[in-house]
Amino acid sequence: MELSELWFVLVSILFIGFFFLEGFDFGVGMSTRLLARDQKERTVMVNTIGPFWDANEVWLIAGAGSIFAAFPNWYATMFSGYYLLMLTILLSLIVRGVSFEFRRKVDDERWTNVWDWMVFIGSLLPPFLFGVLFTSMLKGMPINEDMNMVARFLDVMNIYSIWSGLTITLLCLLHGLTFLSLKTEGEIRGRSAAMAKKVLLAVYGALVVFVGLSWFMTDIFEVRPFLELMIVVLIVLAYGLSYYFISKRREGMAFTMTGLGIVLTVSAIFVGLFPRVMVSSLNKSFDLTVYNASSGAYSLKVMTIVAVTILPFVLGYSIWSYYVFRKRVSDKEHLTY
Amino acid sequence: MDPVMLARIQFALTTIYHFFFVPLTIGLAFMIAIMQTLYAVKKNEIYKKMAKFWGHLFLINFAVGVVTGIIQEFQFGMNWSDYSRFVGDVFGAPLAIEALLAFFMESTFIGLWIFGWDRLPKKVHLASIWLVSIGSMLSGFWILTANSFMQVPVGYEIKNGRAEMVDFLALITNGQLLVEFPHVITGALCTGAFFVAGVSAYNLLKKKHVDFYKKSMNLALIIGLIGSLGAAFSGHAQAQYLVNTQPMKMAAAEGIWEDTPDPAPWSVFAWIDTEKQENKFELNIPYALSYLSYSKFEGSLKGMKTLQAEYEEKYDSIAGEETNYIPPVKTTYWSFRLMVGFGSAMILLSMIGLYLWRKGRLEQSGLFLKILLPAISFPFLGNTFGWVMTEVGRQPWTVFGLMTTADSISPNVSSKSILFSIIMYTVIFTILASVMIYLMVREIKHGPEEHKDEHSTVSIDPFNKAGV
Repeated sequence: MELSELWFVLVSILFIGFFFLEGFDFGVGMSTRLLARDQKERTVMVNTIGPFWDANEVWLIAGAGSIFAAFPNWYATMFSGYYLLMLTILLSLIVRGVSFEFRRKVDDERWTNVWDWMVFIGSLLPPFLFGVLFTSMLKGMPINEDMNMVARFLDVMNIYSIWSGLTITLLCLLHGLTFLSLKTEGEIRGRSAAMAKKVLLAVYGALVVFVGLSWFMTDIFEVRPFLELMIVVLIVLAYGLSYYFISKRREGMAFTMTGLGIVLTVSAIFVGLFPRVMVSSLNKSFDLTVYNASSGAYSLKVMTIVAVTILPFVLGYSIWSYYVFRKRVSDKEHLTY
Repeated sequence: MDPVMLARIQFALTTIYHFFFVPLTIGLAFMIAIMQTLYAVKKNEIYKKMAKFWGHLFLINFAVGVVTGIIQEFQFGMNWSDYSRFVGDVFGAPLAIEALLAFFMESTFIGLWIFGWDRLPKKVHLASIWLVSIGSMLSGFWILTANSFMQVPVGYEIKNGRAEMVDFLALITNGQLLVEFPHVITGALCTGAFFVAGVSAYNLLKKKHVDFYKKSMNLALIIGLIGSLGAAFSGHAQAQYLVNTQPMKMAAAEGIWEDTPDPAPWSVFAWIDTEKQENKFELNIPYALSYLSYSKFEGSLKGMKTLQAEYEEKYDSIAGEETNYIPPVKTTYWSFRLMVGFGSAMILLSMIGLYLWRKGRLEQSGLFLKILLPAISFPFLGNTFGWVMTEVGRQPWTVFGLMTTADSISPNVSSKSILFSIIMYTVIFTILASVMIYLMVREIKHGPEEHKDEHSTVSIDPFNKAGV
């Protein structure tokens, strides 16, 4: 395997990690309006992700940084091409991040309410927009021979990308709900499981259409027919099992399965892309690939050594941190956020 | 409007704003780690109170620092895509390493620190804040590795029409980095120190929690002196390095149009006329610039006119005919002097403070305490002017000698988009700054007493059983 191919895998892993981890804290953020009945419940929910959301977001920073380092052309084309979409993601993440810290700094219901709306919007928009981003990239964007992308609104926002964005958003919501049922107690715990069951049906519907649209509007099933079909089967299995585990109140397993669902769905996108990193809708020869978008061999070698050395530590202390805060959160204790 | 200008305005806006929070994060994290270490060693509850109180203020700042930091990672691609294509091979690596090595550590352990007061063993909790502090400094190291490459490119070769990395070790031992990193870190220590000193002074004036704020003040003054002296020495080393590596920036920072006499005088004040390329009025200290540049009372420096001619010869093939290699002189000249001025003021204040402290007269020195409150702004201004000098003084280049700013922007992004994002950032930044200051003032007025805590009950371990 060439180093540039390896780095495509590493970038994929970082983004899959991002969707798996930040996925549930986006979902929890959405639940603060969709499930919570009052501010007290919102506080409990926000505190379930309190120690984690910031580190989860670093998976995005690391992913973007790795694209920059390993595939400068991909980085340049994607970030400049999706200018306004990136701006919206940035603004959403900015207001979301500070809202956690600010929301209960003043003992006033209206104050908290304003920041809680920011948490909701900041958790709703990014997964939708990331869904739009990655799937429109897969479908193909107007990228010219100089690798520059000049997209109109409809290139970015079309039936396929919007539907995919909504699907990703639903997957995150479901993942957040199973996380909540795992991390809370009492009423919220039961209600999140009940809601997860309903959302799961919507997820099924959304995924069926998503797979159908992908069949007609992208070439992923032509490029990797066997792998993609296998992933689809596994997605069906994962969400089927998650329904079973939610019903059986096996919350840890249910959460694992909704996470697996996200991992598989995002993998399907990256597997379909490879060896391209951005598909040109103008001309096949304008595609950005892992070969024409990547850094030189020396740079990739250095980065590989660094990443392989550091990542085990990162995984180690991340897992430890989840272990430290393994207890369920309830409003009977002191809540930081 | 010109997209290059708009992109530059946006870069200035987002980086300057972000860099209000970064040095305060680095400085305060370090000081809080010291406070908590003192608590662990001396077992005096007041140090725990200190760590908690300054920790509250730290976290408000940290939140804004983190979220405005994400912009930095995105904006090279968004506004400077041709730059990113050209240098990504070299410049991207330190950014990726920063995320992998520093951000993961910082963000995980800040979570453990915030939520871990009652959950973690004391020593592990203490280690957490140290890891946050180390993480924040490491992140500084890697981003400055990237920045140093823009000032003094090393460890690369031009291949396939772009800069490709050939020597990673050269990148992280870049002479520029070795003088820039200590300068930024010591500047950050000043920022934390003068923040703590100013807030403490305000409360000492009001005679509130005297013991608490005296202890805080003492630590702040010590760190303040170390930081400001360190900044002066490392800054001096950086300036000497500049003379050799970026003589044009140095000449602009000193307002030197013609080659200086030998020995060269140092300009305290100059009325600069950039149109006629001369200074109408100058106030100079003889010998001083020679000494500052070469550590001896001889030696001259080249003027901007000479350098322009030299650069035309050397760089016109890269930058194009008729390129003006002289950066905005007044901005470079005055930001340099303002930085030095604020830095010197901090050395002076730390020394006076420690003197008063030793004499036991600190609390009675009303005037001194009153000065410390506005002095909170000194390190912020010093940091900002320092960066303005560094970045504006490098113009017309993004990577010195390799790529111009005009060639760096995204060719596919319209002025309208850039303008729109500038407006959006400005709105959000203004709101965030107002909220943050409001919350900090509230927190300071509230003082170091414990917040009312409802105490925790034992909760259930979800991994223990399957059902409800």
